[in-house]
Amino acid sequence: MFGCSAELIRLAIRSLFGAIPVLLIVSLISFGLMRLIPGDPAAAIAGLSASPAQIAQLRHDLGLDEPLIFQLAQYYKGILQGDFGRSLLLGKGVLPATMERLPVTIGLSMYALLMTLMIGIGCGIIAALRQNSWMDQAAMMFAMIGISVPNFFLGLLMIILFAVKLGWLPSGGYIPFSQDPWGWVQSTTMPAFSLALLQAGLLARITRSSMLEVLRQDYIRTARAKGLPGRVVILKHALANALIPIVTVVGIIVSLLLSGAVVTEALFSLPGMGLLLTQAVLNRDYPMVQGGLLLVTAFLVAVNILVDVLYAVLDPRVRYG
Amino acid sequence: MADAEDIPERRIHPARATLRRLFRHRLFVSGFVLFGIVAIVAAAAPFITDVDPNRLSMRNKFLGPGGAWVFGTDSFGRSLWSRVVWGAQLSMLIGASVVVLNAVFGTLIGAAAGYFRRLDNVLMRVNDALMAFPAILLAIAVTSVLGPSTINVILALSIVYIPRTARIVRSSVIVLREMEYVQAAVAAGAGHWRILRHHILPNAVAPMIVQLSFLFAYAVLSEATLSFLGVGAVPPTPTWGNIMSEGRDFMREAPWIITIPGVALMITVMGLNLLGDGLRDVLDPRLRIQQ
Repeated sequence: MFGCSAELIRLAIRSLFGAIPVLLIVSLISFGLMRLIPGDPAAAIAGLSASPAQIAQLRHDLGLDEPLIFQLAQYYKGILQGDFGRSLLLGKGVLPATMERLPVTIGLSMYALLMTLMIGIGCGIIAALRQNSWMDQAAMMFAMIGISVPNFFLGLLMIILFAVKLGWLPSGGYIPFSQDPWGWVQSTTMPAFSLALLQAGLLARITRSSMLEVLRQDYIRTARAKGLPGRVVILKHALANALIPIVTVVGIIVSLLLSGAVVTEALFSLPGMGLLLTQAVLNRDYPMVQGGLLLVTAFLVAVNILVDVLYAVLDPRVRYG
Repeated sequence: MADAEDIPERRIHPARATLRRLFRHRLFVSGFVLFGIVAIVAAAAPFITDVDPNRLSMRNKFLGPGGAWVFGTDSFGRSLWSRVVWGAQLSMLIGASVVVLNAVFGTLIGAAAGYFRRLDNVLMRVNDALMAFPAILLAIAVTSVLGPSTINVILALSIVYIPRTARIVRSSVIVLREMEYVQAAVAAGAGHWRILRHHILPNAVAPMIVQLSFLFAYAVLSEATLSFLGVGAVPPTPTWGNIMSEGRDFMREAPWIITIPGVALMITVMGLNLLGDGLRDVLDPRLRIQQ
């Protein structure tokens, strides 16, 4: 037990070091984006109504009048000191703005993950156990629809049905969990479901094929032959092994949910990271885009490292592989 | 696996054999039909619409589907049929352009990284970095920097997806590079270019085609998402995303403005997904999801 935790720490450190070059390039790309604006970035940010003096002032404030290499040095110096720039729109630092919004996105994604796992694994198991029956067909049809419905379209359909026609759920807005847990559930159920369905469809297909693979194994036949009840065979023998490939995709699903949240938040006006960044983009708040993009991507990289370590905890083959 | 009846009696051309298997594959055929319908509608746009998609007619606003306007009209009295059909053309155009750019640059980068070990490290670090960004967020940021237009949407989506395609090409090339017949070609004195072109890439085509069919679906979907969020082709350009975005304010009185382009989008994406599933089963059986 203790030996394995040393292994895990080593794995975690190795993944962290592996992430450094990626994050370095990510930060360079984020830095380069604002400077790629055709023409004068300061004029583009200031908008059409700005006077030349205002543009010059903004250029100076953003440091865009300095040599590029100096700007880059300032940028990295800031990052090392935890200063990711200032949002022009919000008038506050990018890091505090992100920290304020990130919990909303994480909460939404975790709720969506819960739905994805329940729907995806549930449909997949049913489809595998009743292979080629109408239930299998229906579950796989459902998965195909899930994969093919754009999440914003699904969101709009749900708003039309549940908010506009039936009036059961609010069409937008956000209630923090700490303020009113039931209100949070009401304000995030539709967004979470529209976010989850795509991943649930993918997961249902993976679960089904993994389960079918396992059910074909000899030891399942042995377990059945020695007279174990079907429920025990499926839950204890088959599912435990079928879950291994499923666990490996959960990490990917978490990243996809977090990035899918961008669109969902914009649609349901949930004040998360996605909404913050889309608004920053639409208002040409490029310092926010630059810093926010870097922070969100770094967060995703961290989540991936965490998931890698979790696999190692669950599957010893990864640990010593 | 192979039944006796699967083995053809006469020798037929492998491409024809593959086509025959494809058209016996239920998923492929249904995808082909769905996607085919959208593609034909898109290509025939000038012939099947008689109203300019941007022509305003305030007297006729919010007409429901059915009747002379087929799909009804939007808040400016523009024909929804015209807008959705021309939107299909734009979606197909953008999807196809992204696919072509991916096929070219994804193959170049992937083949270079997979074949030349020295390039691998550099190219793949950049690749990993581009893939680390949330896809849609990177696309939004790039289009906003370049300015919203159809060409820039194509560029942004290519920047987002080429690393993913390159990675797939690279992994096939790495496997193929070590094959004995490739070693034999090296021993026989074949140059790098010849080995890549004649011995490696033809064998990497199958997973590539599968990937590109799914990519087409992602591209169409992402384009709609970008224009829905307001960073795609500029309104009043009739894209499905733009139409749905404009319809949002009238969900109560005119829900069809959202549902019609939404269903069109869904049919396209589902067609491409089914097509991709079928292609994968037939061309690249290793990746097959057990039936």
